[in-house]
Amino acid sequence: MTYSFKVALRYLASNRAQTALLIAGVAVGVYIFVFMSALIGGLAVLLLNRTVGNIAHVTIQAPDRDPVSLYGRDSGTLVAILKSVQQRTTLQSAAAFLPTIEAIPNVTSVAGVVAGNGFLTKGEAIAPVIVTGVEPDQVSAIANVAGNLVAGSGDLTIGKALIGSGLAKTMGLRVGQRVSIRSERNIDATLLIGGVFSLGVSSVDDGAIYVHLRTARVLFELPDGVSRLEVKLDDLRLAPDVARRIANTTGLKSIPWTEKNEQLLNGLVAQARSGDVIKGFALVTIVIGVASALLLSTYRRQSEIGIMRAMGATRRFVVGVFMIQGGLIGLAGGLLGAGLGYLSLLPFPLPEATSSTGLPIAIGEGAYGTAILLTFIGAIFAAIWPASAASRVDPVKVIGP
Amino acid sequence: MIVDTPLLIVTDLVKEFNDGETSTTVLNGLSLSLYRGELVALLGPSGSGKSTLLSILGTLMRPTSGRFEMLGFNLIGARDVDLTEFRNQHIGFVFQAHNLLPDFTALENVMFPAATRKGRETSVDRRRATELLDKVGLADRRDFPASKLSGGQKQRVAVARALMNSPDLVLADEPTGNLDRESARRVMDLLIDLNGTDGTTFLISTHDETIAGQCRREIRLLDGRLARERH
Ligand SMILES: Nc1ncnc2c1ncn2[C@@H]1O[C@H](COP(=O)(O)OP(=O)(O)O)[C@@H](O)[C@H]1O
Ligand SMILES: [Mg+2]
Repeated sequence: MTYSFKVALRYLASNRAQTALLIAGVAVGVYIFVFMSALIGGLAVLLLNRTVGNIAHVTIQAPDRDPVSLYGRDSGTLVAILKSVQQRTTLQSAAAFLPTIEAIPNVTSVAGVVAGNGFLTKGEAIAPVIVTGVEPDQVSAIANVAGNLVAGSGDLTIGKALIGSGLAKTMGLRVGQRVSIRSERNIDATLLIGGVFSLGVSSVDDGAIYVHLRTARVLFELPDGVSRLEVKLDDLRLAPDVARRIANTTGLKSIPWTEKNEQLLNGLVAQARSGDVIKGFALVTIVIGVASALLLSTYRRQSEIGIMRAMGATRRFVVGVFMIQGGLIGLAGGLLGAGLGYLSLLPFPLPEATSSTGLPIAIGEGAYGTAILLTFIGAIFAAIWPASAASRVDPVKVIGP
Repeated sequence: MIVDTPLLIVTDLVKEFNDGETSTTVLNGLSLSLYRGELVALLGPSGSGKSTLLSILGTLMRPTSGRFEMLGFNLIGARDVDLTEFRNQHIGFVFQAHNLLPDFTALENVMFPAATRKGRETSVDRRRATELLDKVGLADRRDFPASKLSGGQKQRVAVARALMNSPDLVLADEPTGNLDRESARRVMDLLIDLNGTDGTTFLISTHDETIAGQCRREIRLLDGRLARERH
């Protein structure tokens, strides 16, 4: 092994220019691999942040209330169970669960909200709105409302409302104006517009209005309890796991964001897959490049291989010499490509901070280790054919006069 | 009386080459015995089958039929891996050209047969290879890349390499064929000297009668067999 290594190294060193070119070629393939990984990863981060960044990662609701069957189980009669639609599902004892939920790993914040539908009127104009009541200090716990204000302030004192920018525009509303809200339970309230926010999500910006929790309690006749608990995580990909955990520990119905955003997830998967295809092509190029270069080398060196075999070098030894060359080229090209990839991605801002025209690059998603490992394996794989061709060289045919 | 058993015995050796339609019979029932310490010239015009015979004796080529025993081993039915090992331990080669690995030094070339067997270059082997280079008069070229040596020097390095694993038989296929008169003489003198001092057995093919004349035994290929020997 040591000696095959020496011979392999000597062969690589004897033709420096060709070896350098080959390693450079491999490095380009690895660079493409790394770049694609970082770009696809960055796109995913960007898309997730834009869409999931401002919604709850896990939503906790009260369990569905099914009416109790009046018939015995063994009566032999089929019982049709009607789901109650008259009763509202509220979390009466939400406060009791808060410490438990907050203690679950990866949970960064939990906010109880009282929410419902209503109409906002100003003069003749009327628009349907979704009213969300939160404690003032939790207004930005789920959606970064305070951080995305376009006018006014994020203070949510009683009697004040924060409204979406789209809604403000269609209704011609400005900070400091008063609006009336009628809830789905026919209760009216007059509120002062304290701020206008723009989250960049039209469904929210065009119809959401944030009010003080107590205002919402009045509007929706919910003196205690909350409509739902909204949970934010430090890693949104963990939502399904955390949701299961919450459900198991509290017995409450926990819905991860993924359940309501299948299309987004499918899109991300499709995007990752198309990235994989490009990465696959990069790998195939590497394999073909290494294989053809080594094959050429076995051809050029056939008389030397013949000499070695005549001197008693085994086929295995010859195979080793060429496999090691492949492996070394793969390793060198892999390290070089991944290293250059990393360095060239350094100047890119985080995907979250990418301007609308810039490439969203997640430098942490470059899959450097995978790129190096796959290239190494690919190059060794590429060496199989040349190596076996080399080992089959017939000394008698190649050691001519 | 001591009856010396031959180092090598071939009997009724036949070698045919089949290239599609045409079939050439190069060796046609050849028999030969070689004894330890012999210095034998294999004569024959170009194309008479000298290289073919040396390739078979060197286990690089299998005969079409016949028997071949060396050191008590039947080499006809042996597996490839066993032949490779046998070759490494018992046979040394000197070819006419393309002998050395150009990217390695003279010393590394000489050490090759030992290194490929052991998987590494040992200091013991380095010492032996240095001695061998000294013996062939190339101590000062020890660390020269093989590609930088002259034709005669290359052949002498090849001789040293052939001796590296202390083989029982050295096969030299027109070792002086590509050399000028002076270099050829030096290489031949070297082979004769090594045979005399170490008792290494040599079989040297040549079509040069004066070279053959320096050997103690001459065998001559004629129509695929050996002509009657002159002693
Ligand atoms: N692989 C081969 N296929 C067909 N014919 C061959 C092959 N090798 C050698 N020969 C033929 O065998 C004959 C003997 O060749 P060779 O042993 O090289 O002779 P020499 O070494 O005496 O010049 C020649 O006629 C040559 O053309
Ligand atoms: Mg010949």
